[in-house]
Amino acid sequence: MKETKVTKEEENESRRALIMGTLYGIPLLISGTLAASVGNYLFGRQATQKGSWADAGDISDIQGGEPCQVRFERAVVDGWKIQNEQSSAWIILDEQRRVTAFSPSCTHLGCGYHWQAEKKLFTCPCHGSAFNIRGEVVAGPASRPLDRYSTKLENNRLWLGPLENSEGA
Amino acid sequence: MRGLISQFAAWVDDRTGLQAAVSGFLLEDIPASAGWPQVFGSVALFLFLIQGLTGILLALNYAPTANEAYSSVMYIMRQVAGGRMIHGLHHWGASLMVIVLLLHMTQVFIFGAFRRPREATWIAGVVLLLLTLAFGLTGYLLPWDNKAYWGTVVTIKILASLPVAGHLLTRLAGATDGLGSLTFSRFYALHTLVLPAATVALISIHVYLVRRHGITPDRLETEKQQKFYPKQLFRDSCAVFVAFLCLFLAASFLDVPLERMADPTDTQYIPRPEWYFLFLFQLLKVFPGRLELIGTLVLPSSTVLVLILLPFLHRTHVTLLKGKGQSASVAALALSIWLGLTSAAGWTAPHPKGTANVSAQATEWARVSPEVIAGSGYFRSLNCDSCHNLIVGTPKPGPTLGLTGIQHPRDWILQHFNDQSQARLDRREPSSLSMPQRNALLIFVASVKPESVQTLSTISSEFTNGAQTFVNSACASCHKVNGVGGEIGPSLNGLANRRNEGWVRAHFIAPRKLSPGSIMPPYHFAGKDERDLISYLFSLSQ
Repeated sequence: MKETKVTKEEENESRRALIMGTLYGIPLLISGTLAASVGNYLFGRQATQKGSWADAGDISDIQGGEPCQVRFERAVVDGWKIQNEQSSAWIILDEQRRVTAFSPSCTHLGCGYHWQAEKKLFTCPCHGSAFNIRGEVVAGPASRPLDRYSTKLENNRLWLGPLENSEGA
Repeated sequence: MRGLISQFAAWVDDRTGLQAAVSGFLLEDIPASAGWPQVFGSVALFLFLIQGLTGILLALNYAPTANEAYSSVMYIMRQVAGGRMIHGLHHWGASLMVIVLLLHMTQVFIFGAFRRPREATWIAGVVLLLLTLAFGLTGYLLPWDNKAYWGTVVTIKILASLPVAGHLLTRLAGATDGLGSLTFSRFYALHTLVLPAATVALISIHVYLVRRHGITPDRLETEKQQKFYPKQLFRDSCAVFVAFLCLFLAASFLDVPLERMADPTDTQYIPRPEWYFLFLFQLLKVFPGRLELIGTLVLPSSTVLVLILLPFLHRTHVTLLKGKGQSASVAALALSIWLGLTSAAGWTAPHPKGTANVSAQATEWARVSPEVIAGSGYFRSLNCDSCHNLIVGTPKPGPTLGLTGIQHPRDWILQHFNDQSQARLDRREPSSLSMPQRNALLIFVASVKPESVQTLSTISSEFTNGAQTFVNSACASCHKVNGVGGEIGPSLNGLANRRNEGWVRAHFIAPRKLSPGSIMPPYHFAGKDERDLISYLFSLSQ
């Protein structure tokens, strides 16, 4: 008689454990699966190709040694659209006509900077950052040199590729 | 640490009464007879929450305008990480929700849970069913594909045909001048703003009323009541889990159908509604002509009216349905009428001939010229992309074709194709590409535009091979495709609607046998080329 009672209690116990396990397990399983799907959706890497080459035009007229701002069109992948966008770059040609192309945004907070010929500096009007002709920081809050585009020359026609982040350089 | 946590919990409880609310909810008294049949309400609520969550997530990547909606849905399905899953959960969740609501209502009906004093709970439930159907109807338009467009055209026409209110409803739907951007925005606003707010409000009322009146006990019940926690909560959790599992598996393994972008000029399209509206679709066939109003207005609205008045009808005819058995028979009768109409619509609705083996993708680019499609195939097979990007991609030595266009004379380019293809394919051959092949490649390269690249990249090799066979056999010298080509033979657009595969195959081999007087020479294609050519031709819309 006593033995049956114990078995019944044990049975109740295991039944209770099953119920409690399910009550905690199912919400955990569902919210875990949903959290993984939502996380992947919000933060997962998208299957888009980035970084096209854009034609920045003929640069045979550009003088060596002095920076010159060029404007060009670039195809930009923007969500579900691929569209042409106006963009610009600061171009510098050295004596061997090797080309350097800087992104037009200050590396501090993204304002557009200008070339001050008399000081031989790129200066940013927003917070006073200044960069020399090689793009290195000489003054102000910017902590890294100007970003550069990858470049390619085809018979004096300049092609600008994706930005090479100066942090990695 | 433990002391701190319990102190914090006590503080929260003191200020909010959370613990009391939760235990009040969990320890609610329910009849001893409650069990598995009573789980569907919780499942429906769970599915509504899933629809809300996935709907918000979809809105993060969706463009709610008629011009861009379709591209953004494609973007979610193909490019956004996990987008296919979220889109699938939302799409299949809508169908599952309708199924669960029908099960819920059937259970409530059979158990007589709509009777006094639960009339208001039942009416709120009926309105919730209508709101769910309205969600389905408005959401159907939002992908803006051909199915959505033509399905909604029919809906709008039905609205317009209603006496008195028809004109007002059409104006309200922004469809006075036909289905367009305005209708799209109205449907989007309804689907994402009005309906969710109304549904949340009604669910609150419904749940409040369920708690106010409690779960309906069995009539003969004498046993002591039980608590909602833990046994009923366990059953509800299991049912929710099964629903979630079904939904998750559907979203993982079933593709959400997406046809080509809405095309208002495609008059050959046969619109069909979502499966849960098929019974209405079938009713229209039962009542043709002047009787149509019976199918569009009288029967649906009287069904809704009967559902709403059911608790009161039942009070006056309390002897009508005595036990669960009789109620179950009535429910079974109603469901089988619904199922019968739905399956009749499923079987009898005409499917466009010959398009069964054409993928949904195919129709997107079917209006591009065969040369461009063939050329895109050569571009791939000759590995032109090892030197050239079309628009975007990692830097390559050659120019990006979509940005530069063609900068050399035609002869230079044809020579370039020849040199490159000889280098890549087989150096011993005098020329690896024939003139029509080089022409197709040239036309393709000249046509590359940022907006067309995505479409062209979706063409499968089956169709590029079909288009190549078309180009190499110079079919266009006698036949028009998309308005371009010779006029000796008939236009090949819409061929799938006129002929079947066997006929086309036999016609290739012996044209004069099937079309007396035809001057078309016999063609003996290799097996795969023939199959691909027919697939390509059948993908050409009217």
